[in-house]
Amino acid sequence: MSEALTQGPLSPPTEAVRLPASVVTERRMVRWLLIAVALAFLALFLVLPLLTVFAQALAKGWGAYFTAFAEPDAQAAIRLTLLVAAIAVPFNLVFGVAASWAIAKFEFRGKNLLVTLIDLPFSVSPVVSGLIYVLVFGSRGLFGPFLVEHDIQIIFAVPGIVLATIFVTFPFVARQLIPLMQEQGTAEEEAALTLGASGWHAFRTVTLPNIRWGLLYSVLLCNARAMGEFGAVSVVSGHIRGLTNTLPLHVEILYNEYNFVAAFAVASLLAGLALVTLAVKSVLEWRYADDLAAGARRH
Amino acid sequence: MTSRRGHGAIDDPLSRGTGKATAIRIEDVSKTFDTAAVLHDFTLDVRAGELLALLGPSGSGKTTLLRIIAGLDFPDRGRIIFGGDDATQVPVQRRAVGFVFQHYALFKHMTVAQNIAYGLNARKRSERPDKAEIKRRVGNLLDLIKLSGFADRYPSQLSGGQRQRIALARALAVEPRVLLLDEPFGALDAQVRKDLRRWLREIHDRTGQTTIFVTHDQDEALELSDRVAVLDRGRLEQVGTPDEVQEHPVSPTVLKFLGDTIEVEAIAQNGQVLVNGRPTPLKAPAHLVGPVKLYARPWQLQFAEAGEAHLTGTVRSSYRTQGRQRIEVDRPGAKVVVVEAADTARLAAGREVGLRIVGGHVFP
Repeated sequence: MSEALTQGPLSPPTEAVRLPASVVTERRMVRWLLIAVALAFLALFLVLPLLTVFAQALAKGWGAYFTAFAEPDAQAAIRLTLLVAAIAVPFNLVFGVAASWAIAKFEFRGKNLLVTLIDLPFSVSPVVSGLIYVLVFGSRGLFGPFLVEHDIQIIFAVPGIVLATIFVTFPFVARQLIPLMQEQGTAEEEAALTLGASGWHAFRTVTLPNIRWGLLYSVLLCNARAMGEFGAVSVVSGHIRGLTNTLPLHVEILYNEYNFVAAFAVASLLAGLALVTLAVKSVLEWRYADDLAAGARRH
Repeated sequence: MTSRRGHGAIDDPLSRGTGKATAIRIEDVSKTFDTAAVLHDFTLDVRAGELLALLGPSGSGKTTLLRIIAGLDFPDRGRIIFGGDDATQVPVQRRAVGFVFQHYALFKHMTVAQNIAYGLNARKRSERPDKAEIKRRVGNLLDLIKLSGFADRYPSQLSGGQRQRIALARALAVEPRVLLLDEPFGALDAQVRKDLRRWLREIHDRTGQTTIFVTHDQDEALELSDRVAVLDRGRLEQVGTPDEVQEHPVSPTVLKFLGDTIEVEAIAQNGQVLVNGRPTPLKAPAHLVGPVKLYARPWQLQFAEAGEAHLTGTVRSSYRTQGRQRIEVDRPGAKVVVVEAADTARLAAGREVGLRIVGGHVFP
């Protein structure tokens, strides 16, 4: 290579080789400091509590740990939590898909209001969400006399817990799917219709496959929240042991009775659920980043 | 326009697509979105077997019209008639149209073969061909679009041009009564566009499928179609063969939309058209007397000596393109004109030139 080329006006000065590859960066010290602060924060507020949960749960050995689950009240709490999630999640799945479909693919009056309403449960304190149901369905509530007359119990019973859970987990599916469906537009559905497909056939064969990973992702988060919800459920449950206690409420009762091993053992179950959710969520995000992209950008 | 004769199907371009029955009649169709009227009492007959271009600037209502024909939108007033039957209220599924979208709208999660077979598989069991027959038809269509080895690929593995060909095959698979293409080449780059245009014309000549396509590209419309319908602000300005609309435009709008135009003030007098007091070769229609506007194409101006020139000006810039020279000429107190001349030496900016008008159209 000639002297003129290497020393030409366009070739960078030789010192430039030592500069970092990217212009947008900090000095090495600053970078390490920022990473260290972030890691310390995570350790203190996330990893340490998580380890404590498992450490406390196993403080008196595996025997005591498993005894906590063998107890009938604990088993009832597990069953109730699974039952509530089994009702609330499918309900919100159907509602979420229907709402996103309507909002993303059609124009209608009051669309913005509907979007705002869907977000409401996220902006309201869960305790308030619970109280709303007490005010509506409680014995002195709006429908109280009617319910008492017909011997229907909603508050301090399973239906109330299900309602409160549905309310709190309402936005998960819709919020994930609305931006995803909006980004995908309606052209593929229209193509299916021009090819002779019925609306339902187009939904099954075109819309649903396009949103499947976003849907799975949101159902996962919805389920985690449904099983872990405390505030709203606490207000409507009435804390009747073996009847209206979900797992989080059961943990609270055990803790208040100074039964720490059992409390943390049951809590470890919820923590385990969180870890599994996190792992599956990460896999989904890693594997299907493009399919989730539209939704993730809004969060 | 010699390229269209190269297809060899019919020698006289004027007779192509004519003398045949009306396949689709668009009758007094009006459509309003919110408060903006998109189509006004639009009437047009589409002939069986023709390749018709809906040409217009954006916002002229051409895509809305195409969607109304397809049944993806519904008119506020007016009727759509398919071969004698009123189809205005017929839902899109039962109109038997093939629609090709600008951005392909292929089903991302299906293979090429599944995409093409979609319309056949969507049919009721009693009307659905059996698996072997579907496979055979998909194979034939893949041959037709020259993508035989691509049956098991996914759309994301294909180029834009290939995707658009798949989209066309998918639309043809249901044997539609009419093929509707919405800016089919709009998302493709220039070279692919040109190849696909020629290819679409070949497919059309081979299948004889009645086809309507929307475009805002006049070259595309003029090169490809049997007839061109020029739309402007929701109205049909003119419909005719590419030669008709170019040689006998009915309005300045049509003229301007079909290519670069130079507008010059002129006087009509005794059947003659005068520019700056000097007669031009144009004949003025009998009903036009007094001040008129003369419209000419860049190649209808020639450089001339001062004694013969209709216009004078100074050269602003010039550049060469494909064997032609395009020169922008500044005229004092008037619009810049663009002149297209045979390849000559590049003209220096600032040079004084005279221009003679050798052709054009006159409108009030």
